[in-house]
Amino acid sequence: MNHTTIVNNQTIPLSEIPEVDYKEFSGLNLGFLTNSPERHCVNYFGYPLGNQIKLICCIADDSNQKIYLSSCLVAKTDTIDSLTNRNFCFEKFEREIHENFGIDYNDHPWLKPVRYAHNRADQTQTIANYPFYSIESDELHEVGVGPIHAGIIEPGHFRFICNGEQILHLEIQLGYQHRGIEQQFLEKNKLLQRTILAETITGDTVVGHTTAFSQVWESLCGFKVSRDIEFARTIALELERMAVHTGDLSGVCTDIAYQLGNSVFGRLRTPIINYMQEWCGNRLSKGLVRPGRNQFPFTPGLAARLAEVLDVYEPDFLEMNEQMFQLPSVLSRFERTGVVSYDDVLSIGTVGMAARMSGLSRDIRSSHPFCLYPEISHKPIIKHHGDVYSRVQIRKAEVKQSIQYIRNLIQNVPEYDDSEPSFNSPKPNSFTLSLVEGWRGEICHCAITGNTGELILYKVKDPSFHNWLALALSVRNNEISDFPICNKSFNLSYSGHDL
Amino acid sequence: MFDNIKIVYHQGKQFIPDVTKAKVPGIFRGRPVISSEKVNVTELIDLCPVDAISASPVSIDLGKCTFCGECAKRFPNKIRFTTEYKIATNDRDLLIVKEGLDQPIEVNPDTVRDDIHRLFGRSLKLRQVSAGGDGSCEMELNAANNVQFDMSRFGIEFVASPRHADGIVITGPITENMAKSVQICYDAVPEPKIIVLVGTDAISGGILGNSKAIDRSFLDKYHIDLYIPGNPAHPLTIINGLLDLTRKRKSIK
Repeated sequence: MNHTTIVNNQTIPLSEIPEVDYKEFSGLNLGFLTNSPERHCVNYFGYPLGNQIKLICCIADDSNQKIYLSSCLVAKTDTIDSLTNRNFCFEKFEREIHENFGIDYNDHPWLKPVRYAHNRADQTQTIANYPFYSIESDELHEVGVGPIHAGIIEPGHFRFICNGEQILHLEIQLGYQHRGIEQQFLEKNKLLQRTILAETITGDTVVGHTTAFSQVWESLCGFKVSRDIEFARTIALELERMAVHTGDLSGVCTDIAYQLGNSVFGRLRTPIINYMQEWCGNRLSKGLVRPGRNQFPFTPGLAARLAEVLDVYEPDFLEMNEQMFQLPSVLSRFERTGVVSYDDVLSIGTVGMAARMSGLSRDIRSSHPFCLYPEISHKPIIKHHGDVYSRVQIRKAEVKQSIQYIRNLIQNVPEYDDSEPSFNSPKPNSFTLSLVEGWRGEICHCAITGNTGELILYKVKDPSFHNWLALALSVRNNEISDFPICNKSFNLSYSGHDL
Repeated sequence: MFDNIKIVYHQGKQFIPDVTKAKVPGIFRGRPVISSEKVNVTELIDLCPVDAISASPVSIDLGKCTFCGECAKRFPNKIRFTTEYKIATNDRDLLIVKEGLDQPIEVNPDTVRDDIHRLFGRSLKLRQVSAGGDGSCEMELNAANNVQFDMSRFGIEFVASPRHADGIVITGPITENMAKSVQICYDAVPEPKIIVLVGTDAISGGILGNSKAIDRSFLDKYHIDLYIPGNPAHPLTIINGLLDLTRKRKSIK
């Protein structure tokens, strides 16, 4: 066999991942994805092994809940053929491998730095001299935005090439937020420290990333999670989704100067995050998810309170949506703005909402279910136009869906298991992969342990990693004044990308 | 038209009338209180993920604390987090909560720079810079301006250009890749100007304090006017901190 097969949250000995030569490795993984929209690359990364680099590629198959793993060894000084040249979805992964280890590609079409990681191979590359694409023409002009933006958001640089008001090309340069998170996972030894690192990957997906980390850790230690823990995580994931979608609807209204929608959706986010505070003491759910433990048990009292919150929230949310989606001045800004086609999202491998907006079903809740999602039998919300309108529609529909899921779940609150978890030490020389559907899309965490069970690699992939390119494509041929709504309708994470 | 009025009517009254006295719902982790009870201090110190706890006297540094609440869970008789959200101060040392003392954390008007009250007491425009912040403090800063907290009613607003600002608000531990931009932004703000640090990451680096991708040298160069702790800082902590910094009168000598 040239590959091995696992399922979500499974730990296997590292030696079970077959090692083949690069030619076979690239043929295999390209083959997996050829004419198979149900398969996609969830992670592809390298790590140093002696003076060589071991590459591991993880392809998920959404039709049968399987994940195919394969690996190969290359020398740091090697120049190899890129996978990107034959399938664009590997573009970011190969850029990252190039940036981190200096491996060169013969035919990578866009071999630029990803995030200027502090431990990058080539320290002469600095964030100030990023090689932007440019076009020589007297008729075109460039617009540079950032790294510091006008509002209160994270930093990143956008470089537009425009013809008058029309955007021809947008290049997004990131890396300003790089904090060395993956390296910190290896340097910090306490479980609590690592959990807090997971919470800080990106502040809008605290539950998503911490759940992924917890699942990795529990799987590595062979820990069986009780039902009440999975229950709490499922509820929290859906509440996080509701809160962000509501907040983003408010943001989209701001960007089209629709004051009523901005105020109403903005204030509707508050009861949801305040509920999180009632539950776990923090509006953004920091402190809630812990490996092996139900830190803040979801009591029947909290269930009753949540039902109350939803009953008050729902009519106001629906009323505002109904009004907004019948206003011609709103629809004219949403419809056919920021379109990304099905072919494009498939080719660049977007995930989550940025795939579902264009008819590509990518939802880990249904394809590789975790926590209580196998029982929910989730049906992904799919739209087909790939424009701002589709993305806004998805948010509205997913909030309604989340309310329904939560209402069903809280009918049967499982008994709280207050036993203190006893973890075995992590299995040595093992590999674990965890997939979680956060509100933004698929989160993938991978871990590899060494001889004594110590972490030798921790790999985090936020959905933004792929989806930033979708934003860059969406604004082409749009007016530059429509950039804000395109941006907000995706609402991608800078810190999740830069790590 | 009537639909719009109906929607507005259905929202009811949303704003918090008095942001200095509002109660936060639930089990918010605000200012901790440490009792004088004897506990295994080594174990307590070892528990903290960010070395915010130190011994003799047992104390918690809120500039380092990530408010995970683990210490209070394990040592409930020793440490208790109250719902007191007013924990911003201009004095770094006041962020260190010591055992046996149940005192509020406040801005000390006597050590606030002279110009601040006179110039910014009725209008304060700030430029926010996120430098490695995970987005949580940024979201809470935005929330401070929503219809509920409505900070702009006090004349405190965030502006797009540093040229229009009276100071900068920094979130995040300051990454190496952002260090230069933070400096450029600060330099672009006209004098006199203030620096406010929001969130544990900004005040001490938090969980990322030891990372090699962080460059905090900017903070060594300047006087910090206000520390607003939290992970993330609560909107009420932010608003009360800024109000106290700019409006509290100095004691008459």
